[in-house]
Amino acid sequence: MLIKHAEIVLKNSVKVADLRVEQGRIARIGKDLRPKRDERVIEAEGLTVFPGLIDIHVHLREPGFERKEDIASGCRAAVKGGFTQICCMPNTEPVADNKVVISYIKNRAKEVNLCKVRPIGAITKGQKGEDLAPIGGMKAAGAVAISEDGKSVENSKLMANAMQYAADFGLKCLCHCEDASLVGGGVVNEGYFSTLTGLKGSLRAAEDIMIAREICLAESLNLPVHICHVSTYSGVQLIREAKARGVKVTAETCPHYFTLTDSAIQNFDTDTKVNPPLREEKDRLAVIEGLKDGTIDCIASDHAPHHRDDKNVEYDLAAFGISGLETSFALSYTQLVKGGALSLCGLAEKMSASPAAILSLEGGSLEEGAAADLTIVDLNEEWTVDPETFVSKGKNTPFKGRKLFGKVKYTVVDGEIKYEEER
Amino acid sequence: MKEKDLLGLLHLSAEEIDEILSLGLEMKRRLKSGDKTGSALAGKSAVTLFYENSTRTRTSFELAAKFLGAQVVNIAASSSSVQKGETLVDTGKTLDAMKNDFIIIRHPMGGAPKLLAETVKAHVVNAGDGMNEHPTQALLDMLTMRENFGRIEGLKVAILGDIRHSRVAKSNLFGLKKLGAEVSMYAPRTLIPEGLDRMGAKICSSREEAVEGADVVMGLRIQLERQKGGNFPSLGEYAKYYGANEELMKYAKPGALVMHPGPVNRGVELTCGLIDGETSRIEEQVLSGVAVRMAVLSLLAKEETAC
Repeated sequence: MLIKHAEIVLKNSVKVADLRVEQGRIARIGKDLRPKRDERVIEAEGLTVFPGLIDIHVHLREPGFERKEDIASGCRAAVKGGFTQICCMPNTEPVADNKVVISYIKNRAKEVNLCKVRPIGAITKGQKGEDLAPIGGMKAAGAVAISEDGKSVENSKLMANAMQYAADFGLKCLCHCEDASLVGGGVVNEGYFSTLTGLKGSLRAAEDIMIAREICLAESLNLPVHICHVSTYSGVQLIREAKARGVKVTAETCPHYFTLTDSAIQNFDTDTKVNPPLREEKDRLAVIEGLKDGTIDCIASDHAPHHRDDKNVEYDLAAFGISGLETSFALSYTQLVKGGALSLCGLAEKMSASPAAILSLEGGSLEEGAAADLTIVDLNEEWTVDPETFVSKGKNTPFKGRKLFGKVKYTVVDGEIKYEEER
Repeated sequence: MKEKDLLGLLHLSAEEIDEILSLGLEMKRRLKSGDKTGSALAGKSAVTLFYENSTRTRTSFELAAKFLGAQVVNIAASSSSVQKGETLVDTGKTLDAMKNDFIIIRHPMGGAPKLLAETVKAHVVNAGDGMNEHPTQALLDMLTMRENFGRIEGLKVAILGDIRHSRVAKSNLFGLKKLGAEVSMYAPRTLIPEGLDRMGAKICSSREEAVEGADVVMGLRIQLERQKGGNFPSLGEYAKYYGANEELMKYAKPGALVMHPGPVNRGVELTCGLIDGETSRIEEQVLSGVAVRMAVLSLLAKEETAC
């Protein structure tokens, strides 16, 4: 396959060139490459090639919640959103807390054969916070990290043990940070809009306290830790300070935290219900600043698809989460690159190189010899988010009707076109 | 009223509130003269759908609808059934299919009446949703004030009690501000949520400051479960440092009214002397409640015929 006249996003520069894929690898990046006999040519003038996007925080719901999503529909959503590699969280039914479930996910993903799926195992059995899950066995079956997802391991000693034991197997803990007693049933950010709506609020401190704890543990043990979906200005600052003194902490945020604020909740739209909750403008700006200065390493969608029935209820009863795979890239490009916070290279770092580095995954850069995982987009195309066109089963998005720039045209995994936009 | 439903006072205009209060005063005069025969809802049906216990509000709505000639059915759904049983949307569709004209809903979760209103053709009246709004309570409070003072504009209303968990405080704040009153609030800091100042309330640092020059002193119910939640140490301590008593009333205007949405914890939010005193309007509020609900129901019904 030969991609002609594309704008190619390299590590530190963007150049217009041709890119040849052979045997699943990037064979050549250069000017005026001539098509070989029978070689497919993609005329990509005006299009931009990114290193295949990597999302290290998605929920595929299978096994157990196939009504919300399954591995096939989730992978279709991933490649439509430009992702060549995704890491799926363990809060399935049964919980992905053993090698059998991890293997099942790997096998299903192989059958589906769209993007690369890297399962994340639970930290404790059944995500109950009591006994460590068989981390070694899960690693052997293909788990790339462990996470308690959706909650923190409350017991600090157990969390310390998890970090240490996982480190023996080269795995990192991905930490959802939430002090359950402080959240206390809160469903939105505590502030003006929780008071206005009467919805129960949750303080920033509920997230910050656990971010601080994970940083303290990582620092004490001299081990790495990764903080999931940072949403508070104060959490960004905690991570910034920890990095400055050499703690091996990495962090992600999600497009909704740098795009929306809690003013979106005032109509009780349950698609705005997400955990951690949408915060205030100063948090949104701090998250962007954190991405800019490197405090926040990467962008993940926290793709959390739900069935309509899970959202068409009272706000308090609605499920947390946003179906994000199909909007993540365009939101990031529109908000951050068009917004002036990141360059194209910077965006590629946040959505490909960094996530690969954090979990030691393949991919992450466009280099000769690397796996041909490519995301080809039209950055100038403006489109309107319409959940009914989502291929994910989850139509739950607070971005309905929003105009975005950046449309995925092709997603290439190991040299094969896994998604091509219909014309 | 412009909308199909009455969900709260936040989105009502001053004119709409004024319209309700004017008709409410007329209804109250009729009730006081013993006239309980209305026909505004003749041939219509109303359902009270209460997911929280209530005697006062439910009875008040039921009587209001009956006095206007409607057929009324009461459904008491325990709050536990919210989580286990039929969804609110499905319940709403069922009640709609039975051709009900009004659904009067009380629900422990904010926004539930809005969800119901979006689902059904019937008029939805919010009889209290979580910590969001309780519009008819605020309307009856304002009706009582207007009856006593002849106006709302320029009044100073002090609200003391569990502001954080109170839909009454918020609906009153929204309504009173729209009609030009001043609202001051005081409570233990654990019971004052963020942002009320941006909504127009004066958040005070002492009860004396809150009550200074007030025309109305309103106590809000303190629920025992809030103490168990660690918001304050005991009802006794609450009464001592945060409650309203005769001494405090010296800071208010002479003859200032004492109000409370009920049910009152005697000696906690207000001393017995204030509850039973000359300036107490707590019983008066109850009749205002029936009257203002009659006004709301008939105004909503009127919109229907206009369409």
